[in-house]
Amino acid sequence: MAFAVALLSRTKQYTECPPLMEEDKYQDSRQKLKNILKPMEGAEETGLIIHEELCSGCGNCVVACPVNVANDPHGSGRGFGPTNEKVIFRVENGIVKAANIKECRRFGKDRILCRACIDPCPTEAIEFV
Amino acid sequence: MEMTEPITWTCTGCALLCEDIQVHIKDNKVEKVEHACLKGKARVYGCKHTAISTVDQAEVDINSAISQAAEILEKAKNPLLYGWSNSTSEAQVAGIELAQTLGACIDSTSSFCQGITINEIMNGSIPSCTLEEVREKADVVIYWGADPMSSHPRHLSKYSYFPRGELRQRGYEEDRTAICIDVTQSRTAKICKAMFFSIPPGGDAEFMRALMDGLAGRVPKLSYDFDVKRILELAAVLKKAEFGVIFAGLGLVYSIKEEFDLILEFMSTLNRFSNFSLIPMAGHFNMRGFNHNLHEKTGFIHRVRFTKNGPVSGVEYSVVEQLKHGADAVLVVGSDPLASLPLSIARRLKDIPLILVDPCANLTTRVADVTIPCGASGIEVGGTAVRLDGKKMDISPIVQGDGLSDEMVVRRIMEEVS
Ligand code: SF4
Ligand code: SF4
Ligand code: SF4
Repeated sequence: MAFAVALLSRTKQYTECPPLMEEDKYQDSRQKLKNILKPMEGAEETGLIIHEELCSGCGNCVVACPVNVANDPHGSGRGFGPTNEKVIFRVENGIVKAANIKECRRFGKDRILCRACIDPCPTEAIEFV
Repeated sequence: MEMTEPITWTCTGCALLCEDIQVHIKDNKVEKVEHACLKGKARVYGCKHTAISTVDQAEVDINSAISQAAEILEKAKNPLLYGWSNSTSEAQVAGIELAQTLGACIDSTSSFCQGITINEIMNGSIPSCTLEEVREKADVVIYWGADPMSSHPRHLSKYSYFPRGELRQRGYEEDRTAICIDVTQSRTAKICKAMFFSIPPGGDAEFMRALMDGLAGRVPKLSYDFDVKRILELAAVLKKAEFGVIFAGLGLVYSIKEEFDLILEFMSTLNRFSNFSLIPMAGHFNMRGFNHNLHEKTGFIHRVRFTKNGPVSGVEYSVVEQLKHGADAVLVVGSDPLASLPLSIARRLKDIPLILVDPCANLTTRVADVTIPCGASGIEVGGTAVRLDGKKMDISPIVQGDGLSDEMVVRRIMEEVS
């Protein structure tokens, strides 16, 4: 159970379970887990995935993310492009880019299930896995 | 990669004219664009295929193309000058002067778009406001027949819904209500969630009347199936608004253009109970500029003919009527009428001499009798433009072009005809 929790909070990888990797009888389970966890490949530590092909660069997430607002109140918070490097989201070449991901409210000890970038996205380009 | 110092640019991708774009240039080429949406980015990177000077579809030098254009326009008894919404105000003013010199008709894409709304705002019949006021004060915004998330991608993030404003400090969820009234569940409708009111095509006028009933405390009646309770709830939201704004899209304008006075009646009814402005969702970056510039010169916003007795305006001078019967030569600047006009009307462009001034090769360049390439307005050529709310904006060029600007092409034609 503890291992399952560690797996979900991404402190451990399924490959770190020796019986699962070594014993033939778990071959099916191994494959199933691999498939289930596939979407998490390429995700940031917080589980953030941006589907760039869906993004229109509208900036809704840039302006709505509470971290962007707190760290750049006169830029992103007011609807403009970010004016410093402390933000999570910014739009470059028409597509959103994420940085400083550890600042995300879904990360760390006091994490909360923030959706402030997911709900305003018109194209479902932002996902947390 | 070595970083270049960015230039602050006003994007000409749409009439929102976002003024906070950072463009990195290296060797006269765009390297990176920050803060522009995908549509703006496409605009910065310019045409897929640039236009070349042609006469009768054969390549010629630009001077010959200009001379041929001047000859066609001079010979014509009833020339039409059309397009203009993708040009700076300076080019538009040159176009108006050319129309005056030729005694021509001049009209823009606003003729079958937001011209009618802009006219009522300019003559004071419909109250309007600026986008800055929307950001600082608006608590209720209505997108009616408009889908800015697709047409003006940064509309909601930069001004109308998501940003914190002076009087809207707590963020959109608590401080603003976004409402969408439309015939399809657009991207904008999705953001408005439960405040999306889905109406049948052509149902706008009835919905407007029902809403007026609701505002006046009467039970709304509708011929189509709609939950009357929701209209009453909407009326209550509108009544409580401190600073409300309606963004009128083409969907609304097309739907009620035959009874446009209804919008005036609706706005005055609404403002008996509340405080609402209306902003037209002009599309092309300087559509509204043409209306302002022509109004300054003639007192009319579009559909103008220059006669010996001065300028006159009327539906008979509109691009649609002139192309149906009237115009015997057409100069198009910064538009692709073959792609944008109804086919039945655009077809006539093949029967009359057609001159196209445009930076890019498009559908119309394939049939034009004369094509004259020009620098892209707002990219290679600077100037001014009018944002969709009527605010004049400066636009600086970001890269250096080697050709003439559209204004210079029009002025060269003018020199040859006068
Ligand atoms: S989940 Fe919240 S804090 Fe994290 S990136 Fe999205 S909006 Fe910002
Ligand atoms: S809200 Fe969605 S579409 Fe808009 S910039 Fe963010 S990820 Fe892209
Ligand atoms: S919303 Fe319009 S003006 Fe603003 S960046 Fe996008 S295309 Fe350019």
